Amino acid sequence: MSFDNAYESITEDNDSRWAFGTGFADPLEGVDTSHPSGVDSADLEAYCLMLGDDALVLSHRLQEWSTNAPELEDEVAIANIALDLLGQARLLLTRAGARSEDEYAFFRAEHEFRNVRLTELPRGDFAELTARLFVFTTWRLAILRRLTGSRDPVLAAIAEKGVKEVTYHRDYAARWVVRLGDGTAYSRDRMLEGFAVVWPYVGELFVPSDVEERLVSAGVGVDPASTEEEFRQVVAEVCAEARIPVPDAAAIPGVAGRAGRHGVHTEAMGYLLAELQSVARTHPEASW
Amino acid sequence: MVNVVSARAVAERVTDPELPMLTLAELGILREVFEEDGKVIVSITPTYLGCPAMDTMRDDLLHALGEAGYPDVEVRTVLAPAWSTDWITERGKAKLADAGIAPPGKAPFTAKGPVPLTLTVRDDVTCPRCGHADTTELSRFGASACRALRRCPACGEPFEHMKEI
Repeated sequence: MSFDNAYESITEDNDSRWAFGTGFADPLEGVDTSHPSGVDSADLEAYCLMLGDDALVLSHRLQEWSTNAPELEDEVAIANIALDLLGQARLLLTRAGARSEDEYAFFRAEHEFRNVRLTELPRGDFAELTARLFVFTTWRLAILRRLTGSRDPVLAAIAEKGVKEVTYHRDYAARWVVRLGDGTAYSRDRMLEGFAVVWPYVGELFVPSDVEERLVSAGVGVDPASTEEEFRQVVAEVCAEARIPVPDAAAIPGVAGRAGRHGVHTEAMGYLLAELQSVARTHPEASW
Repeated sequence: MVNVVSARAVAERVTDPELPMLTLAELGILREVFEEDGKVIVSITPTYLGCPAMDTMRDDLLHALGEAGYPDVEVRTVLAPAWSTDWITERGKAKLADAGIAPPGKAPFTAKGPVPLTLTVRDDVTCPRCGHADTTELSRFGASACRALRRCPACGEPFEHMKEI
């Protein structure tokens, strides 16, 4: 609708556009959400939560950079990337289907979150952000590109859109790796320190869970192990351009073989959820 | 009986909340307008999955059609095929340029294999103000996810560029 001025557009009556907080419109409104044949609904829900929680939790960490980024341009870029990931999270949590996106985000306990631990690590400095974003987006782009062939048309459509978005995110992070790695001796050291913080959580990215294995067989999910070679190639290419060694560090194991995908998280996760969920838990059912 | 042609004409006049100089139709966001059980069904597609303007677009379509005499309207989301800047019409691209936003070029071909990295900055976006062909990228992300910030060395002005996606 066209308005003569901005004031008119925000004062129009009978308007739900200011219903922020909880109570958003269903982002899959009108989309056929029937499940593909031969797929266990609980598996599909768990898988959507894995992919959705990765996006939701990292989006939250990126949002913590608002007003903290080193330059205005990066402030805007990081916020935009956070928004894209939040959009992916909304659709994936909605696709999970058993509860609403708000219930999944705000009323689940820590052990019910299925994100990889890489996404929940504390905010860190800008080099850690760069290292984490580069690692995460390189991995996620490889996952999403494969997911475009999913037998679930909703996941395939979300992935097709996500590939376009994450391509920009990965380029942004990779260019910062090059700029810092091939910058001054100081920026290079900081970049290497950034990689040292996140690299122990890289191994977890390629370990398939039971749910993923079953959904790979059903033609719906992606085997994360299948992305490792592509991931290593991209990392090698960017590190060569940045003139830094390819990072290497011993993996930090989960507990008895269980990590993020099983709901076993690092200490940082509880603090993150406390902030993410506090308003919704204080005022359940509120919309404003 | 719903007059689908005139309902479509109404829907096509609804403008984008963030780029009000363009209609949803010119942006390629408006997909279909058809009748189902006496109801007008309008389908739209998000430019980005996190696009915060989807709710506003839905409201604006309902209001415009309601005022035009179509009380029974449903707006549906369509995710596939994914929106691309290639769907912006030629008229839409011309309007973007008139508004000082460099229109997108051809969207990159998404190969079946791994997505190639782009580590260099494009310098071939033409300045929408003075037409200078060689401009500088300031940031690949602008005021919204779909726009990048650039500067023209000839006229010295900053401008936005709608990114190919």
